[in-house]
Amino acid sequence: MKVGLFVPCYVDQMYPEVAWAAWRVLTHCGIDVDFPAAQTCCGQPMANTGCVDQTAPLAKQFVKIFRPYDYVVSPSGSCIAMVRHHYAEFFENSADYRYVSERSYELCEFLHDVLDLKELPGQFPHRVGIHQSCHGLRELRLGSSSELVKPAFSKVEKLLSLIDGIEFTALQRPDECCGFGGTFAVAEEAVSVMMGDDRIADHEQAGTEVLTGADMSCLMHLDGLLRRRKSPMRVLHVAQILAGDDGKALFS
Amino acid sequence: MTDHAVLAQKFVANSPRAHWHDRALWFVRAKRDLAAKSLPEWEELREHASDIKAHCVAHLADYLEEFTRNAEKLGVQVHWAKDAAEHNQIVLGILQKHRVTKIVKSKSMLTEECHLNPFLERHGMEVIDTDLGERIVQMRHEPPSHIVLPAIHIQKEEVGALFHEQLGTDEGATDPQYLVEAARKHLREKFMAAEAGITGVNFAIAETGGFVVCTNEGNCDLGVSLPPVHIACMGIEKLIPRAQDLGVFLRLLARSATGQPITTYSSHFHGPRPGCELHVVLVDNGRTEILGSDDFRRSLNCIRCGACMNTCPVYRRSGGHSYQSTVPGPIGSILAPARDAAKHESLPFACSLCGSCTDVCPVKIDLHHQLLTWRGEIARRGLLPKSKSMGMKFVSFVFQHRWLYEWSGKLARFSLRVLPRWMIYNRFNAWGRQRELPAAPRSSFRDWYRHRSKNDGGKQES
Amino acid sequence: MSSREDILEKIRRKKFPDQPLPNLSEFGIVYANRVEQFVAALKSVGGSSLRVNTLAEADQAIRDLDVHRHATKTCSLIPDIGEANVDLDAVDDPHELEDVDVAIFPGEFGVAENGAIWIDAKNVKHRVVYVIAQHIVVVLDRCALVDNMHRAYDRLSFATPGFGMFLSGPSKTADIEQSLVIGAHGPRSLTVVLVENGFSD
Repeated sequence: MKVGLFVPCYVDQMYPEVAWAAWRVLTHCGIDVDFPAAQTCCGQPMANTGCVDQTAPLAKQFVKIFRPYDYVVSPSGSCIAMVRHHYAEFFENSADYRYVSERSYELCEFLHDVLDLKELPGQFPHRVGIHQSCHGLRELRLGSSSELVKPAFSKVEKLLSLIDGIEFTALQRPDECCGFGGTFAVAEEAVSVMMGDDRIADHEQAGTEVLTGADMSCLMHLDGLLRRRKSPMRVLHVAQILAGDDGKALFS
Repeated sequence: MTDHAVLAQKFVANSPRAHWHDRALWFVRAKRDLAAKSLPEWEELREHASDIKAHCVAHLADYLEEFTRNAEKLGVQVHWAKDAAEHNQIVLGILQKHRVTKIVKSKSMLTEECHLNPFLERHGMEVIDTDLGERIVQMRHEPPSHIVLPAIHIQKEEVGALFHEQLGTDEGATDPQYLVEAARKHLREKFMAAEAGITGVNFAIAETGGFVVCTNEGNCDLGVSLPPVHIACMGIEKLIPRAQDLGVFLRLLARSATGQPITTYSSHFHGPRPGCELHVVLVDNGRTEILGSDDFRRSLNCIRCGACMNTCPVYRRSGGHSYQSTVPGPIGSILAPARDAAKHESLPFACSLCGSCTDVCPVKIDLHHQLLTWRGEIARRGLLPKSKSMGMKFVSFVFQHRWLYEWSGKLARFSLRVLPRWMIYNRFNAWGRQRELPAAPRSSFRDWYRHRSKNDGGKQES
Repeated sequence: MSSREDILEKIRRKKFPDQPLPNLSEFGIVYANRVEQFVAALKSVGGSSLRVNTLAEADQAIRDLDVHRHATKTCSLIPDIGEANVDLDAVDDPHELEDVDVAIFPGEFGVAENGAIWIDAKNVKHRVVYVIAQHIVVVLDRCALVDNMHRAYDRLSFATPGFGMFLSGPSKTADIEQSLVIGAHGPRSLTVVLVENGFSD
């Protein structure tokens, strides 16, 4: 099984340790992982701004680059949601597109659904709060959203439970949006920041020591707020916890 | 038109109040969750509602004709209005024929949309909104900020001051029970004096020619059971095929709206009272346009429960008035640009695309996807601000050229590490106003991967 | 072209994807104890209930209600129930009902899932009585309870002109800061008298 690792542009440049952790977890599972260097961005920033014409070439570029792999895996729910749910308009009946879109997985989803991962080494004796990123939750259904009347589950929590010592914190609003929302974070800065602050306050009342999630973009926003406020709460991508190493030493 | 973000910023600036507003609406959302969870068949119910609406739209012209036929058989006078102006003229004509000067009206988003009140007032008529929340905003000369909870943005101290000034309640009195009692007395006088009642329509039934109006206060029934004229105004999308379909919608409506198992009054009107007149005005006002669009047709499924507003993290923190549209929130941000895209271009962007609205919607409108589609539509029509469209052209260009992307990334990381703080955090950096940028690493992942591949051929684990 | 033709023509210009209507005949929650569920739901919407065995007992229970004992004007739509002094059929102008204190009327059936009661005004001269009275009392056959709204509509037909409503609790509002206040415009209280042996005896 050959997996093409898709690393979102901002993760590649600003959070290489997250990509590294994803790579490490996959490698640990015995997967042959390749990072095709031609990749840049899935096109989501343009799509979310309505710039369809600017998205199309990036969508085509993505499908071309990742067509040779058995699976595409990415440590980002929202990029995978983009590929899976919002690429259709750029491809007319393309078998390549269908292949890539059906075989694109968010990291946790891949570990859970495809590899059916049952054990992981290591321990993480901390109070961990999970931020359920909206695209992972409501586009990819990595967990049950609080609006639906369906049995509760969370693939992220299930995977983290494989690590010893984690205590999960309980939020008052289990899946409210953090306010990142791509360009929304800047265009609607005031609301975006208030949303982020409210999420943080919820994690604070719950006693979260380490804030984690499957989407680095939401975490970048929350981490930016936490650091400005000099909060002791730490932010780690779920891949970093699963890898048993935050990888920061490699890149700083 | 002021950008949503500008008005939202003003709303957020009063942090205690913005949080109060957020909590008030989240409380309603929490009640909705409990109510939904009381029915194991909730998701199937939503599915049924969505199917009924889709079926109805597919046969809308036939059902409208069937409704009209059956309503007329019951003695109802049915009118058709292409737009708001015609709707207002029809209502005015009926009222003038009966020499009506005093009207009571129960909640109707359609008449808000058509700006019926100011129109009738210009013709010397008194129109009293009888839903308490609507009456409060009417007394304050402002539009409702929510379709189900029109005065959700107003605090009880403000209601107390308003009632003291206009209804003579005790100064400083803020007890809701006391204030409601004062409003009851005031509005009872209006009910007794009214010469005609105007209502909206929640559901009209093709098969029977009847319609249903839902209220909690009983204001619809008081308003139309005393005077000899009842005018019910409805958008053409309010139609449902069968009476039994009401079972589906009445189970969803109140649970989604307020968490009640059903509204206190679900009144089924089949024909006028003996000796009285009942008019139904069917209004298009842009609905057939939306109907013709494959992307936005499903927005007509809306039953106006307001659940998407209660759940929307942006609405809760920016207030209904920041949308400057009769229907605010997620559904309003789809409907308003359909009416005037240039005027409402900022609304589809007043959204973090979290998708909570889509999951909460009782009739399964894919709200956040429609909002995304609207963004594309706004860009296509050239209505995006230049900063956005040029910016995205540039970014896309960078991403289409790997060397340029790699070089830009390197430059960005380098700048973040070496530039003095004031050069990074300044008024041009909206991100950095209240947030830190990421701490830039020395190398990118691709740098590391490239070197690693050179060292060990990419085969071993590090 | 008339507006009617214009609108219909615009709709018919395009074909829309069709969807069959759902079959609702077996659909919906079923309760192990309908009466219990109905009483609980009624309470949750601000109503109260009494349980009696016969219509004669219902009459007595209603006469004993505080709201009835303190009432000056009472209107009853059920013969021999309550102490009525307002004859609806003798009233010409519904405005005269403004100061009715208590109205007593029958419910056709109740719905367990939401505590709603179907009120049929077909033979009632002034339907304003349901909302204008300060307090209302509904007499309901205990056996006339259905599980959910789908079963409720199974029982209804709208073939002839008329008015009916689902009534769920007293009039209420939460329009001031989400504080629930009972008695908005209409009745300040709703008492449902559940009669064990119904109206048949």
